[in-house]
Amino acid sequence: MTDLSAPLGDEVLTLKAGERITLSGMIYTARDEAHLRMKKEGIPFDPRGAVIYHCGPVIKDNTIIAAGPTTSARMNELSGFLLDAGVRALIGKGGMGDTVREELRGRGVYLAFTGGCAALAASRMTLKGVFFEDLGMPEAVWAIECRDLPLTVAIDAEGGDLFRDVRLQAEKIFDKMF
Amino acid sequence: MPGLTDRERLRTAVAQATANALKEAEIHLPDDVKAALRTAYAAEDNPVAKSELEAIFENIKTAESRNVPICQDTGVPIVYITIPPDVPFTDAITEGVQDGVRQATVEIPLRPNVVSPFTRDNTGDNCGMGMPAVHITPGKTFTLTVLPKGAGSENVSALKMFLPSETGGITRFITETMLRAGGKPCPPVILGIGIGSTADGAAALAKEALLIPLGDMNKPEQEIYDAVNALGIGPMGLGGKTTCLGVRIREGGCHTASLPVALNVQCWAARRATVEVNYP
Repeated sequence: MTDLSAPLGDEVLTLKAGERITLSGMIYTARDEAHLRMKKEGIPFDPRGAVIYHCGPVIKDNTIIAAGPTTSARMNELSGFLLDAGVRALIGKGGMGDTVREELRGRGVYLAFTGGCAALAASRMTLKGVFFEDLGMPEAVWAIECRDLPLTVAIDAEGGDLFRDVRLQAEKIFDKMF
Repeated sequence: MPGLTDRERLRTAVAQATANALKEAEIHLPDDVKAALRTAYAAEDNPVAKSELEAIFENIKTAESRNVPICQDTGVPIVYITIPPDVPFTDAITEGVQDGVRQATVEIPLRPNVVSPFTRDNTGDNCGMGMPAVHITPGKTFTLTVLPKGAGSENVSALKMFLPSETGGITRFITETMLRAGGKPCPPVILGIGIGSTADGAAALAKEALLIPLGDMNKPEQEIYDAVNALGIGPMGLGGKTTCLGVRIREGGCHTASLPVALNVQCWAARRATVEVNYP
């Protein structure tokens, strides 16, 4: 299993869809509202090699209580500017669309974290800061240091996409079934 | 509690029951759901599917040992209450539920998820604009059930008004909905299905079907279960045998010209808990 450490570089280019990895280092949460704000006002952290986590955590007394992934597809049309700015990986659940798969080509990867595993995630995270706190707890950008987050490479930098493969296969099965 | 009116005592008792039920539901997964996940793990041979389920098992243990919510999407609180004949059906009950939700939001804590639909302004305490949803029916005992519902799975739920002659199309409709949903609702999911009633009634039945513990399925439930799992979407949509842990159907009488079918999708973190309300 490959152990990655953020900020990331060209090592992401050789990862293959379906591979299990772990990730340590800084990640930044962002959901719909945070993407819209960053697009308008700029990215409040150094985006080069950065990792974006599609997540709206539960925070109490500056501690991360629960921080599993949210559905990434909502950010399908909102992620290009982040990759243009040097972001190397997006973490989330449920997969992303054709636009993002092409935007990742030769630049970065989409990593799937098991949906609902918020307690597991929080047990491996330390809160380091926050941006856009006025957006509210779920939508703010939280800067988090993570340790050994277990992830699956779902979209690689060469266009490999595990979610798409599973979906295409499921469509074939469905057509045969009905 | 001396000095309190009956109304205040009722409101306080409902508030405490709501907070207690939410705490139980958010942190401990019901035994029937855990058992279904273990059965799924034993059936999987796909290494990615197995590792996704392993993460789920570790997460369930971590939530219990750290006393924190299973999932950061702590949902919107859906509450079902039965009231016995000697308990007055007044707004002391609905206000008590809101008090309990506010208390749980701070204490557990819960993520404040309730926002205005257009402005998206967050109310901050999971209450307001008709939330939490409270469903009250007469019963023998004073019990309160919470079903905190996350959005990933709720968002792929569906309703279709079939023609009465189309009962044969129900399995296809449910399976196609799950095909389109893919990994978005955090599979393995549980499917609550309401068949009959009216458009709104079927939707309510579908959610109530999620209150029935997993276990043996009847023929139509089994047929849907087999079809959905044959898709191979698997845990988190990354492939595998387990897309769905179980199917539950609730039926209601409907108009002779109608056949409403509603599907309410529940992620694997199927949180629900029932407590007795300590009143009178």
